[in-house]
Amino acid sequence: MAINWFKYSAPTTFYGLAGKLIPWFAYSAAILFAIGLYIGFFVAPMDAQQGEFYRIIFIHVPASILSMFLYMIMAGYAALGLIFNTRLSAMMASAIAPTGALFAVISLWTGALWGKPMWGAWWLWDARMTSELILLFLYLGFIALHASIDDPRRADRAAALLAIVGSVNVPIIYFSVQWWNTLHQGSTIKFSGTTMHVAMQQALFIMLVACWFYAFAVALTRVRSIILERERNTTWITELPEVKQ
Amino acid sequence: MLVIRRDLVLAMRRRADVLTTLIFFVMVVSLFPLGVGPEMAMLRKMAAGVLWVAALLSSMLSLGRLFSADYLDGTLEQMMLAPQSLSMLVLGKMTAHWMVSGLPLVLLAPVLGLQFDMSVQALGVLIFGLLLGTPVLSMIGAIGAALTLGLRGGGVLLSLLVLPLYIPMLIFGTGAVEAVASGLSIASHLSLMGALLVLSLVFTPWVTAHALRISME
Repeated sequence: MAINWFKYSAPTTFYGLAGKLIPWFAYSAAILFAIGLYIGFFVAPMDAQQGEFYRIIFIHVPASILSMFLYMIMAGYAALGLIFNTRLSAMMASAIAPTGALFAVISLWTGALWGKPMWGAWWLWDARMTSELILLFLYLGFIALHASIDDPRRADRAAALLAIVGSVNVPIIYFSVQWWNTLHQGSTIKFSGTTMHVAMQQALFIMLVACWFYAFAVALTRVRSIILERERNTTWITELPEVKQ
Repeated sequence: MLVIRRDLVLAMRRRADVLTTLIFFVMVVSLFPLGVGPEMAMLRKMAAGVLWVAALLSSMLSLGRLFSADYLDGTLEQMMLAPQSLSMLVLGKMTAHWMVSGLPLVLLAPVLGLQFDMSVQALGVLIFGLLLGTPVLSMIGAIGAALTLGLRGGGVLLSLLVLPLYIPMLIFGTGAVEAVASGLSIASHLSLMGALLVLSLVFTPWVTAHALRISME
């Protein structure tokens, strides 16, 4: 039996699929958030050096990871849209951008809250903080460019090109900034021989998955409304049960 | 490279535009001592950063003019229809933009550096860095200019898009001056800037041409 890989690359079919997936992602995100926060705040032991302050990593680390991954996913969708000229890819790219920007803000914010007791300052011009800030600027540039072009097709392509140029630049910016100044602690999660307590690891992992599910749920919800907005003049939209009412 | 000559002639016909950018550069640099105080030791430390940031801002200021006049009078459309590759035409326009807005900054920088009491050695590195860096600013900026072509509020948007991409140049350019001031080797900074210059030379004309096609359809 041949599987039609492209079945869900059309907005018509993807709209229904997204509608079915959203509740699954949303509910499991909520449940996992609850479990992860519980383990993080009540089960995980206190850190030897950082006391109770370290517990902010359960939000900070997943948010940082997500903000970077979502940019790459966004740029990937943008590239797909530019190369194959598919409508849905560009819609996905613009649906992901606000969530990515939100995670970048959360990451900066929680980092500042952690930095005050640990480093004694809200903000230090450290390499990772600075590149996270620049990442936020790149997200904002993408959103602003998309918003200021009236024709959606042109907006999609221009923003896609910007996202690709940005993703080429992200490593260059990251290494230049890292060379310039480094204070941030290295990553603790390694593929082998981690130094973390098991409960901390579990909480972190659960929170990471929860953040992923949240991002999926929100991006899919947003892409559904983008589809509705862009395709409002087509027949299949007017025949949708929720539109007919 | 007729495009370069044509753009240079056009720029010379409208000398005021070119001069405003230069005056802006001088003014921004001169404002800093007024803002932070006239202590020479501090100014000497800041000099490279101030000059670089001012160069970033003033090269961005003139980016809006890179394509807009040609876009409005239809020349750009003719260029796209021309048998020559659009990338090469774009490269010509970038070069002309650099000669009008980047090169004068490089030539002016020593005078401004003396205002900040920079040593001859540091000044030499700064100039060399600017010489390597300003073409990259013109080239990366051209992508932004092509993407924001004909948009309302294009100028502010352009700065939002382009400034984050300028950051590596700023870091390496000021890093080289700092290295020479503390007696370290400058080779690594300058070779990285050279690498970025070569990379942009290869890729940005092509990306800009693509961006122009998106904006023009």
